[in-house]
Amino acid sequence: MAGIFQRTVRLRAALRHLCPHSTLTCAARPSPADSPFLACGSGQFVASTRKLHAEPKSSPAAAPERLPFSRVTEEDLAYFRKILPGRTITDPDLVESSNVDWLRTVKGSSEVLLRPQTTEEVSQILRYCNSRNLAVNPQGGNTGLVGGSVPVYDEIILSTSLMNNILTFDNISGILTCQAGCVLENLSLYLEERDFIMPLDLGAKGSCQIGGNVATNAGGLRLLRYGSLHGTVLGLEVVLADGRVLDCLATLRKDNTGYDLKQLFIGSEGTLGVITAVSILCPRKPKSVNVVFLGCETFEQLLKTFQLCRGMLGEILSAFEFLDSECMRLLNTHLKLPNPISDCPFYIVIETSGSDPEHDSQKLHNFLEEAMTSTLVTDGTVATEESKIKALWSMRERVTEALTHDGFTYKYDISLPVERIYQLVTDMRQHLGDRAKSVVGYGHVGDGNLHLNITSPAKDPALLAAIEPFVYEWTAGCQGSISAEHGLGLKKRNYIYYSKPSQAVALMGNIKAMLDPKGILNPYKTLPDNLK
Amino acid sequence: MSGRVLVGVKRVIDYAVKIRVKPDNSGVVTDGVKHSMNPFCEIAVEEAVKLKEKKLIKEVVAVSCGPQQSQETIRTALAMGADRGIHVEVAGKDYETLGPLQVSKIMAALAKKEEAQLVILGKQAIDDDCNQTGQMTAALLDWPQGTFASEVSLDGDKVKVVREIDGGLETIKISTPAVLTADLRLNTPRYATLPNIMKAKKKKIANVKPADLGVDLTSRLEVLRVDEPPQRQAGVKVETVEDLVGKLKETGRI
Repeated sequence: MAGIFQRTVRLRAALRHLCPHSTLTCAARPSPADSPFLACGSGQFVASTRKLHAEPKSSPAAAPERLPFSRVTEEDLAYFRKILPGRTITDPDLVESSNVDWLRTVKGSSEVLLRPQTTEEVSQILRYCNSRNLAVNPQGGNTGLVGGSVPVYDEIILSTSLMNNILTFDNISGILTCQAGCVLENLSLYLEERDFIMPLDLGAKGSCQIGGNVATNAGGLRLLRYGSLHGTVLGLEVVLADGRVLDCLATLRKDNTGYDLKQLFIGSEGTLGVITAVSILCPRKPKSVNVVFLGCETFEQLLKTFQLCRGMLGEILSAFEFLDSECMRLLNTHLKLPNPISDCPFYIVIETSGSDPEHDSQKLHNFLEEAMTSTLVTDGTVATEESKIKALWSMRERVTEALTHDGFTYKYDISLPVERIYQLVTDMRQHLGDRAKSVVGYGHVGDGNLHLNITSPAKDPALLAAIEPFVYEWTAGCQGSISAEHGLGLKKRNYIYYSKPSQAVALMGNIKAMLDPKGILNPYKTLPDNLK
Repeated sequence: MSGRVLVGVKRVIDYAVKIRVKPDNSGVVTDGVKHSMNPFCEIAVEEAVKLKEKKLIKEVVAVSCGPQQSQETIRTALAMGADRGIHVEVAGKDYETLGPLQVSKIMAALAKKEEAQLVILGKQAIDDDCNQTGQMTAALLDWPQGTFASEVSLDGDKVKVVREIDGGLETIKISTPAVLTADLRLNTPRYATLPNIMKAKKKKIANVKPADLGVDLTSRLEVLRVDEPPQRQAGVKVETVEDLVGKLKETGRI
């Protein structure tokens, strides 16, 4: 029972932080026998919407009041134009696109977009802004999904897009150093010509920049095999809030000399410093890549297939993703992508990467034979050719795109114990009934990461009230993470207490205050409002 | 009629791969590069398998001419539903100079030997873009041909073919035996499903040498040089309209 007590305490703390003046009654809602969460509900704080900051302020996801930063003056613009000639953008049409996020759900009102090309320029900008108390919003590819990459008010946008040079590459160690504005796909192409690959891969690769990837500790499709950026990033060059350049751009695989500062900045979402260069360890390009697309009748069979896969493919397994039949329906309807196999309740995408095509295809053949004869899998197809591999991967990678065509999307990126992953989707469907248009589940099941998405024809406050905090409480009930890889940004900053104890959050606040005393770096994001 | 359809499948560099010219300009780099079945050949296999599923023909035989690796291409055809395969071994120098003339002689010989009712090929290969093999095969056999087919329907001993031509669509009716070549819109090739991939491992692929078919592989063509297309020059950005006019004048455009 002690476990439930701790969960209740944490939930109560979470809710208290979200809305200090709401009255909470803790009545246990009748819940399915196997989900151990305790629902504490109150109509008050969930009633409001969570969109642009023009909305009622009581929603935890809505922006807080503008903090008393300085406003940009002609003098400021003159200074920027002097150090960044031709790269200080004030034309509203050009600044517009940098004010809106990829999902088109949050919009800032910045009037200045700066485009430095060197670390020195970034240092000058921040030194100046710090002295003038001007807020800054660092921006990479602007592909983030939690409203962290665009201004909330009139923060100056600091874009790394022109910092796109590759600095060095060592083809013995596989260590690449480059500026933060390099687009992930370009880095991949560069490396592939030299027989290496990036250790991470995500759907946004054509636009996202490595600096942003590191600042958000992006996960992606290859995490299962190559690990997270916390392991693959070997060094960083970061400009701090006061303009000091922190050169930790080591290219060493092993270096135990003092505190590992770069770990602080990885995943800091631009709130502790602006990353200007990255050194990263890259794996060799596999000689043999196979992609398998399988269909399963039940989620239990999917999990058993995962275990079988781990056992029989182990060292060559490089991705294990899933999508449900609802995702397939959206792909068929909105993107006209046909199902490669017959209709099944669940689909798996498995990728293997190895050094010997013959060995790998033998291992794969054995695995597939076992999966089929034990009827864990009801249908499937295999691809070895580049074009077919791309086609099968797009069934998983383009679900996000298909959702944007289905209506207004509510996105949740949750980490759960692997065996509970689909339970959340089923419970959510039951809970929402026909209030929602579509409820879909897909994601990096191999990493225990679910992407739960709900759509409605238009933004619907009542629907949102039904979804939140239900989804966060459910997650907290399993001690999961309310943001597995997308980060907190603007939209999820106040939900941090669902997954972290208040002590930890308080310490984060101390670190922020130490590194950015004026709070000019990416304000209103990542850390909860009640810390200020 | 035998109810047997011969389908030619060619192993080519996968269309998603970036092609690189050899440093000595003698050809393109093929070593270690991903290969797969020519997309138009996939469409041809799909059409043949569809005809079999409709019970309009009885057997689909996949044929490929090339080195050992061509067997993988035949296996893909088997996984899509072909019944058996024939691998015509051509390797080394002979393979480098293998072109439509030689392949059509081989296909014609096999078509006679197997008493094929139809020979279905892709309209062209994506590596050489020749668009000749189907036509030459029909000529050697003195059979009618339905090329650039976007629709095929069997009607007794006749075949109705809708062809994609410059002016639009042309519908012809030809008698069998005949040669057809598949165009893009004929069908969408299926993914080979696991049960079929497993079954394909057990299907037979016969080995044949061109000499056994009485075919002479000598080529009358010699490739002199292979070059990359000229690199696109980067554009120049100008700051003002005056600059633009100035640059246009400079380069003699106005």
